[in-house]
Amino acid sequence: MAGADGDDSLYPIAVLIDELRNEDVQLRLNSIKKLSTIALALGVERTRTELLPFLTDTIYDEDEVLLALAEQLGNFTMLVGGPEYVHCLLPPLESLATVEETVVRDKAVESLRKISQEHSPVDLEVHFEPLVKRLASGDWFTSRTSACGLFSVCYPRVSSTVKAEIRQHFRTLCSDDTPMVRRAAASKLGEFAKVLELEYVKTDIIPLFTALASDEQDSVRLLAVEACVSIATLLPQEDLETLVMPTLRQAAEDKSWRVRYMVADKFSELQKAVGPEITKNDLVPAFQNLLKDCEAEVRAAAANKVKEFCENLPEDNREQIIMSHILPCVKELVSDTNQHVKSALASVIMGLSTILGKDNTIEHLLPLFLTQLKDECPEVRLNIISNLDCVNEVIGIRQLSQSLLPAIVELAEDAKWRVRLAIIEYMPLLAGQLGVEFFDEKLNTLCMAWLIDHVYAIREAATSNLTKLVEKFGAEWAQNTIVPKVLGMANDPNYLHRMTTLFCINALSEACGQEITTKQMLPVVLKMSNDQVANVRFNVAKSLQKIGPVLDSNALQTEVKPVLEKLASDSDMDVKYFAQEAISDLVWLAAPKEMKVRMLACFDLRGACRAEQDQTPDTCPHPDCCWHVERCRTRAGLSLPWSFELPQSSTPAL
Amino acid sequence: MGGPENTRIGKFATGALYSSQMKAGSYGAHVTDVTESGDTVESNLLPATSFSMTGLAVEPPRPTRVSSTATVQGLNLLQRAQSISMAGPGGGSSDVQWCFSQVKGAMDDDVAEADIISTVEFNHTGELLATGDKGGRVVIFQQEPESKNQPQCRGEYNVYSTFQSHEPEFDYLKSLEIEEKINKIRWLPQKNAAQFLLSTNDKTIKLWKISERDKRPEGYNLKEEDGRYRDPNTVTTLRVPVLRPMDLMVEASPRRVFANAHTYHINSISVNSDHETYLSADDLRINLWHLEITDRSFNIVDIKPANMEELTEVITAAEFHPDQCNTFVYSSSKGTIRLCDMRASALCDQHTKMFEEPEDPNNRSFFSEIISSISDVKFSHSGRYMMTRDYLSVKIWDLNMETRPVETYQVHEYLRSKLCSLYENDCIFDKFECCWNGNDSVVMTGSYNNFFRMFDRDYRQDVTFEASRENSKPRSVLKPRKISTGGKRKKDEISVDSLDFNKKILHTAWHPLDNIIAVATTNNLYIFQDKLN
Repeated sequence: MAGADGDDSLYPIAVLIDELRNEDVQLRLNSIKKLSTIALALGVERTRTELLPFLTDTIYDEDEVLLALAEQLGNFTMLVGGPEYVHCLLPPLESLATVEETVVRDKAVESLRKISQEHSPVDLEVHFEPLVKRLASGDWFTSRTSACGLFSVCYPRVSSTVKAEIRQHFRTLCSDDTPMVRRAAASKLGEFAKVLELEYVKTDIIPLFTALASDEQDSVRLLAVEACVSIATLLPQEDLETLVMPTLRQAAEDKSWRVRYMVADKFSELQKAVGPEITKNDLVPAFQNLLKDCEAEVRAAAANKVKEFCENLPEDNREQIIMSHILPCVKELVSDTNQHVKSALASVIMGLSTILGKDNTIEHLLPLFLTQLKDECPEVRLNIISNLDCVNEVIGIRQLSQSLLPAIVELAEDAKWRVRLAIIEYMPLLAGQLGVEFFDEKLNTLCMAWLIDHVYAIREAATSNLTKLVEKFGAEWAQNTIVPKVLGMANDPNYLHRMTTLFCINALSEACGQEITTKQMLPVVLKMSNDQVANVRFNVAKSLQKIGPVLDSNALQTEVKPVLEKLASDSDMDVKYFAQEAISDLVWLAAPKEMKVRMLACFDLRGACRAEQDQTPDTCPHPDCCWHVERCRTRAGLSLPWSFELPQSSTPAL
Repeated sequence: MGGPENTRIGKFATGALYSSQMKAGSYGAHVTDVTESGDTVESNLLPATSFSMTGLAVEPPRPTRVSSTATVQGLNLLQRAQSISMAGPGGGSSDVQWCFSQVKGAMDDDVAEADIISTVEFNHTGELLATGDKGGRVVIFQQEPESKNQPQCRGEYNVYSTFQSHEPEFDYLKSLEIEEKINKIRWLPQKNAAQFLLSTNDKTIKLWKISERDKRPEGYNLKEEDGRYRDPNTVTTLRVPVLRPMDLMVEASPRRVFANAHTYHINSISVNSDHETYLSADDLRINLWHLEITDRSFNIVDIKPANMEELTEVITAAEFHPDQCNTFVYSSSKGTIRLCDMRASALCDQHTKMFEEPEDPNNRSFFSEIISSISDVKFSHSGRYMMTRDYLSVKIWDLNMETRPVETYQVHEYLRSKLCSLYENDCIFDKFECCWNGNDSVVMTGSYNNFFRMFDRDYRQDVTFEASRENSKPRSVLKPRKISTGGKRKKDEISVDSLDFNKKILHTAWHPLDNIIAVATTNNLYIFQDKLN
């Protein structure tokens, strides 16, 4: 491979290699990302003897370069000569596993885990396992933390003597002086337990688990909670009570809120891991306590889990447990002092209705929904509104509509534009659930009012909201309710509102279809080409470009063309520019196939584009080279007539 | 007798390095290293000679100086005897003799504002010593390995790395200048071969990596080593660069910038024992950061009242407990220290403990509140005690007793009668820091007139030293200073009225393991160490 093809093919590789040490980070990064190309050109022998030693010492580089390097090396096995030589990749990855940046280390560990699978059992013991040991007994905690992630991949494939050593190393790291290492060990405890023989899980892992779960640092203890999930799944039911539950109970009542938070956060997983019996006896009271915790962060985390927890309760007495144990706590949370707690609850509370059924929902949950709909915090109300679909399935949304409307109106007029933006996004959903009639009666005015909001983001969202509504309710509905109002704004004294008309037309034309577009919208757009504000005029050009594909060829020829040509000679530079853009686009659109071929052929296309001739103007990745039809026309000396037949589809294929 | 005059003078200050053209011109005088190892002089009782080699390159020799040196030398012996008898302070052992080791910084008398040292901090092994200055620079000194042929000398500290940590900025929204002055430096526990430190000015905290590089790649395909391009047609084989040894290079690179989280001026940063978070405190708030996350921090303490007119106290310092990752303390301008437990709640506005000494009604005066303001709080290495510094005293608190300190040491009680004038010249607002020695048996803090004080907790003894160029003879034993407090001034005493309030020692640091201290006078850094025999 190397050099065989002559200088021509060497040159780009030479550049890549030189750029490995370029001063510009971006160039180094590019080179590293093409490391496989370099290795391929060098051949396996030189990759092993020259490239890898060089890379092993390149750990001074920027994080992003090191990250890319760590990732590349995970896929390098074939490039160093296959599994037989895969151990050559260990030295560079070992040095990357000791750098200070966690992301780089993690990536190096990920790659090490990947290539560990490509080691033969012998190589694993001869090369890989010693590396793990070196890292595990390294001077700096960065290397020891990296070691924690490697035990589980080599353990299953080594002899029993080595297994014993690995277990010993893991034990040592679990009681490391540095909390960083203990944390790394704690977070890999579950994973390691999974590959251990059950007897060792009991004799080795459980003591470690207990020790980590009562570590002096709460930052370590909280990670033991995660391990608890995996360990509990591994143990037979009868051992859970003695081996896991004491620790879990202790964690659920830990002095540190962060540990309790973790329990709350992992509650569903824990619940599945320990099974229904323990859930009933232990977890239900624990969950109640978490819902009543003194720290708001914990209550919020628990509140988030209410629905999932209830769903996963054993079905035989699910309803009874919820009604007598969980619901009372939930009722309290509805009037919690902390808004994060209330809003976490609001995001899941509606889900309870499917679990409890119609009667319970109406009797117990509905009052809670109504209270939350009136909550002072907009986020709470929004969360309720965004989950209306769950309730809709059980009791129908009508039950709520009386309270819903004031809530929506209030959010729609909230002083914070982000709140208004959030509620707009739920409009199509609400419209679907409430039906056309209710919408026309109550919500239509709101939707129209957003079009003239003083914040652009709201006007923009309102525009796309209209499109979604039209998609839902159909073109006829649009013609009767929306289009007249939108078009009416074309005469608004505020040019921003006039532009909104154009934006709406852009968005609606496709959904409304040719008829409405040609007959109702187009005349308004054309009329606006005389607007005194240049911004409006160039948006007219943009609109015409946009709605062109929807129009029939006659309208294009007789109405659009003169207006665009007029705009193309406008006194304003931007108007001119956008008008020409629109003309180019529409000419291309209207051109027949043969003409397009000629247009492309006459172009001095770059190689890349030649291969991509089937691209349309919208999808071509090189807009600067081939799709500027206006330039093309000049170069070809062609004057393209306007009177081409319009193709049937809006995206013509060559 | 083994006095200084009998031993070999090992490493020692030479005049050549005072010359300002060497470094001061290029990068600020602060970095100028005034000592140099290597020049060994066989010397018995050669005060004059050795002195001329230290001070005289800056100032021409003056006979009076020389004669006074002789006096000083004589006094030294006297004082030494005295210090033995009083079992002077030190690292637990009662007979530590402090002697001069090095002084860093320009020796001329006009001090550039940018060169004023604003913080001093040893790393966790004591091998590195960092200083920050008003010009936004950080200078790191590294301790040389101990020389084998001179076992009685500890390695000297020489410049290891110098970098511009902060630049002056302007906050356009608030029309405020942001000074580049380094308020605090904190070293991170070492995580790999490189060293990391946090430095902060009033608003922005930065994480710096200080690493060594001793190899560089060689060999290009398309150009020569000197940069000339080769004819691409001559490239017939590919060359992979190889790494060759080169002279050791120390690089400081900014790794993270933690900005935009403080409305007021940052007065403290402190790294947590969990090795992944740290706190930063300003006048009214304390934020908790993750060391790897710069775009968010958690506010854990906020004492800002809804109405700023009700503001009665500000946070003056904050520090994490050395090994309990959930505990931190912060001190206030009212002289109280609050201990917070992050386990109890995510927001620590409610303290767990409040340490406060009831005010002595007899001492109540207009200045009571000002002088009770705490300027520094430091946990002992053991984590059992903490030390606070207010204007006139150092107090040691047992974490288990909130009602009063277990020990109180007067730093310069003689200033109590001078508070009025100290108020007028703003000195009363000086923020003195304090530090513990390696085994928590001695504490040290600064005072005026370039005096610094040590208090031996076991022997209940205290001593005053002066950081001055006059003592800057290598390994010369520091002699304790005495201040006459009324009555008749004895011969070797200094009158309170003659103290120079412009010379103040605000920042001091104690090597975590050895009896080596770093004391910052205005723009000089003095390093003293105990005498090894």
